[in-house]
Formats: sequence, C-alpha cells, structure tokens
Amino acid sequence: MMGKTMAEKILSSKTGQDLQAGDFAVTPVDLVLAHEGTGPLAVDQFQALGKTKTGTRGLFFSDHAAPAPRKELADVQRRLRTFAEEAGAQFYRPGTGICHQLVAEEWASPGQVVVGADSHSCSAGALGAFGTGMGSTDIGVALAFGETWLRVPETIRVEFTGTMPPGLAAKDLILHLIGILGADGAIYKALEFGGPVVEALDLEGRLTLANMAVEAGAKAGLCAADQVTRAYLAEQGREDSFQPLAPDPGAVYERALEIDVSGLSPQVALPHFVDNVHPVEEAAGTPLDQVFLGTCTNGRLSDLRAAAAVLKGKEIPPGMRLLIGPASRRVYQSALREGLIEIFLEAGGVILPPGCGPCVGVHQGVLAEGERCLSTMNRNFRGRMGNPEAEIILASPATAAASALAGRVADPREALA
Amino acid sequence: MSSSLNAAGSARNNKEQNMSTIIQGTCWVFGDGISTDHITPGRYYHLRGDIPALAEHTLEDADPRFAAEARPGEIVVGGANFGQGSSREHAALVLKERGIPVVLAQSFARIFFRNMVNVGVTPITCSTAGFRGGDDLTIDLEAGQVLNHTRDLNVPFNPLPPIMREILDAGGLVPYVQENGGFA
Repeated sequence: MMGKTMAEKILSSKTGQDLQAGDFAVTPVDLVLAHEGTGPLAVDQFQALGKTKTGTRGLFFSDHAAPAPRKELADVQRRLRTFAEEAGAQFYRPGTGICHQLVAEEWASPGQVVVGADSHSCSAGALGAFGTGMGSTDIGVALAFGETWLRVPETIRVEFTGTMPPGLAAKDLILHLIGILGADGAIYKALEFGGPVVEALDLEGRLTLANMAVEAGAKAGLCAADQVTRAYLAEQGREDSFQPLAPDPGAVYERALEIDVSGLSPQVALPHFVDNVHPVEEAAGTPLDQVFLGTCTNGRLSDLRAAAAVLKGKEIPPGMRLLIGPASRRVYQSALREGLIEIFLEAGGVILPPGCGPCVGVHQGVLAEGERCLSTMNRNFRGRMGNPEAEIILASPATAAASALAGRVADPREALA
Repeated sequence: MSSSLNAAGSARNNKEQNMSTIIQGTCWVFGDGISTDHITPGRYYHLRGDIPALAEHTLEDADPRFAAEARPGEIVVGGANFGQGSSREHAALVLKERGIPVVLAQSFARIFFRNMVNVGVTPITCSTAGFRGGDDLTIDLEAGQVLNHTRDLNVPFNPLPPIMREILDAGGLVPYVQENGGFA
C-alpha cells in the first residue's frame, strides 16, 4: 500500500476508508465552529433542516466585533448565545478571545476533523488536526448531522531547513512561502509543514504557519503531532488527547519544496495582496500611521514577547498609533503577569480586548483615507481595515514593533542589534 | 434578530433556475484576485443580517459601478482566484440576491466555490482571457461551452464533479441533505 500524507491519514482514519488524494468522502467532524459574522446564517440553515440539537460539538464565538459596536451586532451575538444554550453548543462571550486561538487552547487535538465558518479554521492544523474553513450553509449542515463532504486534497510538502536567523519568526516563513506559491498556488490542496525548522518551532509559531495556509488558497495546513504538541496539550491539562501523527515515509506529494531559511530577511506583504511579498529592506522607510499587533495569526504570548523585546523602555512617536490585541484572555493574563502589558502602555500602545480587533474593518482602529497600517494580521486586501482608500502591510510582531518605534517600516534586526 | 434568509426559499428558486441549461447575458469583467472583501466589504458587517441591503454594495470595492448598475441576469467574469479570502457566504448570497446566475473565472478560491454551489450560483472554471465588460455571452451548461459573441470566442469548460451537480440539482445543500436524510 502506498504511504499516505497527513491529510490522507486523518481522513482515512476518521472515515474508516482507505482514502487517497482525489477521493470524495463523507467524514464525521469533531468540532464545528462559527462566530457572529457567519454563525447567524449557519443557524438559519440548521433550523431550516428542522434540527433542534447539534449532531456534534458546536462552538460559537463573539470575537469579530465584540463587545458589540452596533445594535445589529449586539442582536446577532445574543441570538448566537441563545441558540447555543438551546441547541447544546458552547458559547464564548466577548473578550474571551479569537475562535481559532480558543480552539487551539481548549479543543483541537491530533487526528481530528475541525470545520469552521471562518477561513482561518485551518489554524487547527498546527496541532495535527484537519482544520478547514467553509461557508455558513456547510457549517449549518455539519452542525446538524455531525458530518460533511470533502474531496481529499493533494498535498504540497514544505520543508523549512537551515538555521533561523535572529529576528526571524514563523510569520516571515509563511509570508515567504506565500510569495513563492502565490495566493492561488495551493487552491484545493493541503500544505504540510515540516523539516528541522518546523520541528524546532513552538506550537504558537506552528499556529502562525497553519493559520495562513488559506492565504495560498489551501484547504488545510498541517504540522506533525510530536513532543512539542504533547507538551502544549499537557500545559492545558489535555495530554490525554495527544496521539502522535506524521506522514508515512512513502507519502505521495503533488509537489515538494525545500526552503533554507538561513539567509532569509524578515518579510513584508505590501498592498493590496498577501502574495505581494518582499524582504523588509525593500520597504524600509515607508511612512506609517498605525501598527497593529494581534489577531489569530500573531496575537499569542510569544508574539507579544517578541514585540515587547523591541519596545521595552522606548516610546512610539506622537504621530503613530500602536494597537495591541491579545488573542485570548489567557494570553492577556500571561502578558500581564510577565509585565508585557506595562511595556506596551509605557511605549504608548493601546490594549484592545481579546478578539479580532481592527482586522475585520468595523471597529477598534479603522483607517482614515490615505493612511497606512503595518499589521501582524493575515490579509491586506483593499478595504480590509474599513477603508478602501487606506493601505495595509503585513509583517511579523518584531517588524511591527520596530516599525511602530520608527514611525515607518523598519528592519527588526536593527532594533534588536 | 429577524433573519432575512429563507434558506429553503432560496433553494427552491435555485431549483427553478437550474431547469434551464442555457444562460444568456452580458457580462461584467473583473481582474485577478477579487476577494470576498471586494465583494462584501467588512465595513458593512452590520448588514449581514439584511442580504438585500448588503447586496446594494456588491463588488463595490472592485468596481462601484457594478454595485450601482448591475442588473439581474448579467454575468460576472473574473480572473484567477476569484472569491479569495474570508469564508463569508454572504459574498455568494449577494451575487444571488442581485440575480447573477453564473460566475466565470479562470480559477475560484475553494471556500467561495463551495459557497456558490451551496447557495445556487453556478461557478464555471474556464479561460476568461480576452473577455471585456459588456460582451454578450451564451453559456451551455450541459455542453460545457461559453460563447462570447462579441469577441467571437468559443471557450470549453469541464462539468462540475458529481456531488456538486447533485447538490445544485437538489437546489442547494440544505434540500440535498433533506432529501437524503443526511449525506447517505
């Protein structure tokens, strides 16, 4: 029998069938998630099916615009809360955190199938779960029946090798990869991240990689489940949900890439596309009005630490706004205990409640016409931060912190030197 | 909240639409990388519960004229990776609300493609090189052929995979699973 990729292994095991890339399969799902932007429509479809109780574990979040900035959003958040109570799903109140972060902290484990009405549901792949984003109708049906249909994806294997240079982070690796693959380079496919650099990466960094798989069009972004995964689950008191998971030695890949990171510069994605990726040197000096550190891509403790290391004892210029959004309440509390929040406040930063913050473009940092923001988020599409006449540059937390201090795009290696 | 979307109703309309396998109309042409943020900008997040109101802003950030002037029956033509980005199904729903029966693109982002099938707007993956706004098109869904009368182009395309055709034929995903009592 041919060896299997991680996607093939997870889906074969879940369905009890011998699946390979290209097969269509109906698979049980372990977790179904939605938030206030997509959840109401999923609930509509669930109810159109005449269902009253969920067919699998349902998780509903208030994270995209929470606490609610408008009455319409307050209404939908209440509707989700009421629905979750009645249908036997779990509801997370505003301020608890971003859905993908909470799934990683509390629910995701190796071998699961996780579907979410949010494109970044691929984040769960960091723990060796087949996580994928879908629309509300798919999610309503998955919630009702506890299963969904999928085409088993071909896999692109990406091996990161060499030595991580100082100042480089997982964000730089994934931006670099998206620059190579293009925003449509992995449509309908899974990405598998491996190699010594990924093996040495902490779980938070792996979440950054998996999170942005969809920015290359991928259906899933998977990391092997290893001792790093076990330790992360153990920290959360969930070690019993660990199982090792890795691709078979003879797995068949559509394509394999090896990227030596040793000489890599910090990366930036320039307006208005995520695959418009350049080394930071090429953008250095570009004036900025706002810097945003946070989101499901880079709002975790290690991200805040990396930024705080640059910002400590310094203050941003008067014309700059620095917004910091911890990805969850747990991250926020850890940052408080470590003194990171103090560093951000001393630097002139604004601490936002745990949630998606300005990444959705409706509150907490909408840009003015002609303004430019450097952000650690995952998308720089035109209008993403609420103004189609503004520009967004994507980068790592260290680059964000260095740029906030400089008031313009800056190379974090200089700030750390 | 009063839900604007009657899922079963939309699906029924869809089923009627699918009776015809020939679609004719003039087209609007967009470039590569049209995202769901272009189609349904995040700043209208609060309108997601009101699809007709949200649909007034359809594709506004790609071409404001489309939002203002597009008419039912017209065809949307895109380049590569049409519908990339957010999973928001509203991006497919506003196209349906505006009466767009079909979107042609060189390639579609995965989630958007699924959403189109689920809500009943037919996605067709084919070469769109040389198409210009206002071109007069005839699409034969059964033969897998797009005729661009204005440019004298005849573009073939592959039919959708069986499971997607079954879902479209059923009138969308909700009636499909209702008929089958699940995915059985």
